[in-house]
Amino acid sequence: MTKRPFELTVEEIARAVREGRLSAEEAVSSHLERIKSIDANIRAFLLVLEDFALEQARIVDKKRKAGRPLGLLAGVPVAVKDNILVQGFETTAGSRILKGYKAAYDASVVERLKREDAVILGKTNLDEFAMGSSTENSAFFKTANPWNTACVPGGSSGGSAAAVAAAMCPLALGSDTGGSIRQPAAFCGIVGLKPTYGLVSRYGLIAFGSSLDQIGPFTRTVSDSVLALRVIGGRDERDSTSADKSVEEALSGWEAGIEGLRIGVPREFFIKGLDPEVEASVRGSIETLESLGARVEEVSLPHSRYAIATYYIIAPSEASSNLARFDGVRYAFRAPGGQGLEELYERTRGQGFGPEVKRRIMLGTYALSSGYYQAYYGKAQRARTLIKRDFEQAFRKVDLIAGPTAPTAAFRFGEKTEDPMAMYLSDIFTIPSNMAGNASVSIPCGLSKAGLPMGLQLIAPAFGEGTLFRASKALEAARPFPGLAEVA
Amino acid sequence: MAIEEEDVRKIAKLARLDLGPEEIKLFQSQLVKILDSMAELSALDTDKVPPTNSVLGAVNRLREDEPKPFGEPERLLDNAPEREGPYFKVPKVIE
Repeated sequence: MTKRPFELTVEEIARAVREGRLSAEEAVSSHLERIKSIDANIRAFLLVLEDFALEQARIVDKKRKAGRPLGLLAGVPVAVKDNILVQGFETTAGSRILKGYKAAYDASVVERLKREDAVILGKTNLDEFAMGSSTENSAFFKTANPWNTACVPGGSSGGSAAAVAAAMCPLALGSDTGGSIRQPAAFCGIVGLKPTYGLVSRYGLIAFGSSLDQIGPFTRTVSDSVLALRVIGGRDERDSTSADKSVEEALSGWEAGIEGLRIGVPREFFIKGLDPEVEASVRGSIETLESLGARVEEVSLPHSRYAIATYYIIAPSEASSNLARFDGVRYAFRAPGGQGLEELYERTRGQGFGPEVKRRIMLGTYALSSGYYQAYYGKAQRARTLIKRDFEQAFRKVDLIAGPTAPTAAFRFGEKTEDPMAMYLSDIFTIPSNMAGNASVSIPCGLSKAGLPMGLQLIAPAFGEGTLFRASKALEAARPFPGLAEVA
Repeated sequence: MAIEEEDVRKIAKLARLDLGPEEIKLFQSQLVKILDSMAELSALDTDKVPPTNSVLGAVNRLREDEPKPFGEPERLLDNAPEREGPYFKVPKVIE
């Protein structure tokens, strides 16, 4: 039986559209119908751009009929996390404070997608301002995990992960400040890449923790992730943190195969609190990599135990500064009533931000305040150096580090909402990579007895995406990914 | 870490956040808990460790300061909760 368009991969759609076997309009319509039939149960999308998507698709089809060359993502429907700007459409970052805000320009990544003839399909749900690990902090609604709708999809890019897992699109963009791409990718059984800090432009991403934020793709296959990175990555003069590296440099050698690759397994990633089923599937995957020709040895990242404390000082501090711009003057929402400018700020922010965002602004403001700056922010920045050095040390011995993406599979709604610290612990294995700014990816490594996906995290040195994909590709070939979630 | 409700009110003022009495109470207890768990950092000897501000080790990137047209300023002004002509409007700030 031939596959329906929504079941195809990014590569398959782009090739079929370029070769004229599938029109962009058919590809887009198929995904729009899929969204209509299942998104009422999943709620991945905050906004579906039906008319705009069909209009973009028809332009791609006309271009083909006119004999003009088509881009790398011809006719591929892409969902974009709602903290990334798509010009002319509402961008809320999952917050009431931005309700009604219409993006004034395209993010660089969106511009690049459009340039390669991708079709922007819609905006996906997220934890407010990307602060959270379950997408329960969205001001608008919760998104369900397509594998089990009683469970969270992970977060903060939960809408993007759920949309790809449930075949509402083959590609979605997310952002990762402490694990917000990799953890939902693990929970939803797909590939989630956090590129090296500086490899993908953040121009047009609503800033959260600027020394940590990276944009990256969600896909169902490894080579789709490579293709997406090729499109969105590379130098952008509009982002002052954009590195002078090309994507091809970062990807070099990605098809070289696993033979001889040295893989380090950090003993600190196999701790109390790691679910035994997750541990077994992660260890099983590492054994598979070894049987395929990798050399595996134990490494140590002794300071990774300080990563959570370090992160929850640095990220909220940066957020408290970045979110100062939402003051009721320029971006849509202004609280009514009150006297004078000062009250306007306070009331707008008090009413516009949700509890987790307020909590982090408070935490960050405290950590940066006079008398506490050195004890908290200064200390955390020094601890960050130690975490980064651990990786440098390990990467003298090995090419790649492998371990779990998250300590458990997807948890149930409400399970961790009462205790902020319990929620923060979901990011324990993903945060160190953001601290060091290196490249990391989560790939599926099995399903639990309860039928929930589990993720293997691979970490490479900065601009080592090629190494990540070498191992990912080998594992995908040897242990096929779970495929599409059967949406109940 | 001792944080009193008064401290929470002070931080809220610095952050320009209007918080209700319930929120002040909740954040007081949660901030104490969160900051307690961060105290483990004090065990680290960081006297000789330099801070990491940027993982890129980047220095300032400088370029000529040349104004470029944005395109349509209306796209920005359209988002104003209140405007007057080409201006964002705020309450009177000078008596």
